[in-house]
Amino acid sequence: MNMRLSYGMGFILLFVPCSLLVAFTHYPAFKALLNSFWNNGSSIRPSRFVGARNYEALLEDDKLMQVLSNSFIYAIGTVPLAIALAIGMALLVNSRLPATGLMRLSFFLPTMLPMVAVANIWLFFYAPGIGLASQILNAFGLPSINFLGSTDTSLVSMMVVAVWKEAGLFMIFYLAALQSIPTNLKDAARLEGAGSVRIFFDVVMPLLRPTTIFVAVNALINAFRLVDHIVVMTRGGPNNSSSLLLYYIYEVTFGFRDFAYGATLTVLMVVILGFMAAIQFWVLNRKAHYQ
Amino acid sequence: MNARMRTALPLVMSAAIACSASMAQAADLEFYFPVGVNAPAVATIEQLTNAWAAQNPQHSVKAVYAGNYEETTTKALTAAQAGDPPQVAVLLAIDIFTLIEEDVILPISDIATSDADKAWIDSFYDGFMVDTMFDGKVYSIPFQRSTPVFYYNKDAFRAAGLDPEVTPATWDEMVEMGKKLTVKDSNGNVTQWGTRIPNLGLAGAWLFGGLVKSKGDGLSTDTGTEARFNTEAAKASLEFLQRLADEEVMAPGGITWGDTPKAFLEGQAASIWTSTGNLAFINENAEFDWGVGFLPGGDGPGAPVGGGNFYIFKDITDEERDAALDFVRFMTTPENQAIWSMATGYIAPSQAAWETPEMQAYSERLPQALVALEQMPHAYREFATFQRARVTQYLVDAIEGVITGGTDAATALAEAQEKADEVLGEYR
Repeated sequence: MNMRLSYGMGFILLFVPCSLLVAFTHYPAFKALLNSFWNNGSSIRPSRFVGARNYEALLEDDKLMQVLSNSFIYAIGTVPLAIALAIGMALLVNSRLPATGLMRLSFFLPTMLPMVAVANIWLFFYAPGIGLASQILNAFGLPSINFLGSTDTSLVSMMVVAVWKEAGLFMIFYLAALQSIPTNLKDAARLEGAGSVRIFFDVVMPLLRPTTIFVAVNALINAFRLVDHIVVMTRGGPNNSSSLLLYYIYEVTFGFRDFAYGATLTVLMVVILGFMAAIQFWVLNRKAHYQ
Repeated sequence: MNARMRTALPLVMSAAIACSASMAQAADLEFYFPVGVNAPAVATIEQLTNAWAAQNPQHSVKAVYAGNYEETTTKALTAAQAGDPPQVAVLLAIDIFTLIEEDVILPISDIATSDADKAWIDSFYDGFMVDTMFDGKVYSIPFQRSTPVFYYNKDAFRAAGLDPEVTPATWDEMVEMGKKLTVKDSNGNVTQWGTRIPNLGLAGAWLFGGLVKSKGDGLSTDTGTEARFNTEAAKASLEFLQRLADEEVMAPGGITWGDTPKAFLEGQAASIWTSTGNLAFINENAEFDWGVGFLPGGDGPGAPVGGGNFYIFKDITDEERDAALDFVRFMTTPENQAIWSMATGYIAPSQAAWETPEMQAYSERLPQALVALEQMPHAYREFATFQRARVTQYLVDAIEGVITGGTDAATALAEAQEKADEVLGEYR
């Protein structure tokens, strides 16, 4: 059991995961950073070193400003909503109601579907005139709404899809956390005369905090990472109203084939995400209660 | 074990060398193609490639379905830059400038030099050849070409008191007839719109090119360095789109390409502007009497052409190049154009194809197919420049900004023009 590995063996064991990490994470990240200091070349116009010119372009890019504001609205809108819904659903399926198994399954179902399938389902919901949402509105005598074709509603429509898809996954984490809370804590609180609202906020919520940190970080990462539905449903339109940062990076890099500016945007995204993760851990960790 | 391997290895190697030596005259072609319509396209492509391989047993061809147009271009470019290009690919006609800039394609007029080859290149309709040319050379061969036409519901025309055999020819007629075709329920909600012109994304920009053409202008030229956004014709076209929404002829806001045939089939729109590529789909699914006409125009008829062409790539062996040319010639014989056109709804790009007995019978059976052909003399090339994806996006942003009510036409187009000139200035 305590047999020491030789250095050679240790090196070999380390080499495999390290080379994978270097090849697929560190090298591309380093390369992106490097590319961001060169301009975009093609076969007939080789690229050359331009220093910080790509970063100056960031500041003058009106579209980037809109995309960033979309991304922040999207994150601020979807993360708390998905968490609140996940807690609500977890409480519901954790209670002693009939058919909780069926409820758990149906809440979790959207999570199991691939995002592209989800996007196609919602395309049908949203289609003006022929979609499900329009038919429900029409049944009440209301005019149909052009959800994806209007700059006012396209981003919100994307957020609804994301929350619908994500909340079920987070529910599972909350459900596990709820079931690990000892019942004697709640019994003691009840004995002291606390109502169920008081118990939830003063006993259950503090014990759920580590889960909340975990879920919040993941939800935030997903808010920046998942853009499959944008590709399928709106392609960032109309007039860039539903374009998110990662979609913009994809559009610039593979649509416009501007690898240099795409790399610059990627660096920006990594900086933003790193910064937010640091804040999140710092704020929430100070208040977290780990057992 | 080791000894046995040591003797086996040279054997295997010499077999491999012998094998490759005997194959020197033959070529293994890789052929990338996209699918962009609701049609059994893959099966038809395979049927045609297998027929070529059967005629040329010394060669082989692998048909690779590579996704939609955009994905196919990305895959072909990536493969070419990695030094392993497909020998042949069907890519968007408007990708010509990107492919030239990346220096990955061969001008077909440089390798097809015999008299028979020249006659073959001359056999295609001029309307489909304009966007194959750059700097006096032909870079691609028309294959799956389409143009939008005006599909209309004859029953809805009758219900509105309109003559079901007469389609609106001008924009004013479109508005006038469209008003009669728009139907509201008792709550005042529209249940049937007069017309439907997709105006979002690349499809929106494609149709927009037709509107501009009908006002006697074009969005781009054959130099690839000019974008003509800030013109009277473009402004009038954008204002026409706005007017359709203002006068309740068309739903306000953004209209998607994908839902358009469905909206027509479900009676949500009395008429639609969409590709001939949807002919077969609508013919199979329409439960009402329908017809096809020219797109209504501003000063006269006008339409864009779109679709994909055959390209032959650089950095391939001479045998592969000759085989690739032979393959492209085979795929575009009049008979094979007819097979492809009938299976998909794409317009057969040469007169000879329309004269085959199969096509004659087909156009008798489905006379709507002829309308697109008759509209061809009024069609203009699809928007194409160097840095096409980026420059087209400026146009898309301008159109979407106006139809969603954010900006006025003149400002939006002037801004798009300024950005386009900035990008294209480097290429002039």
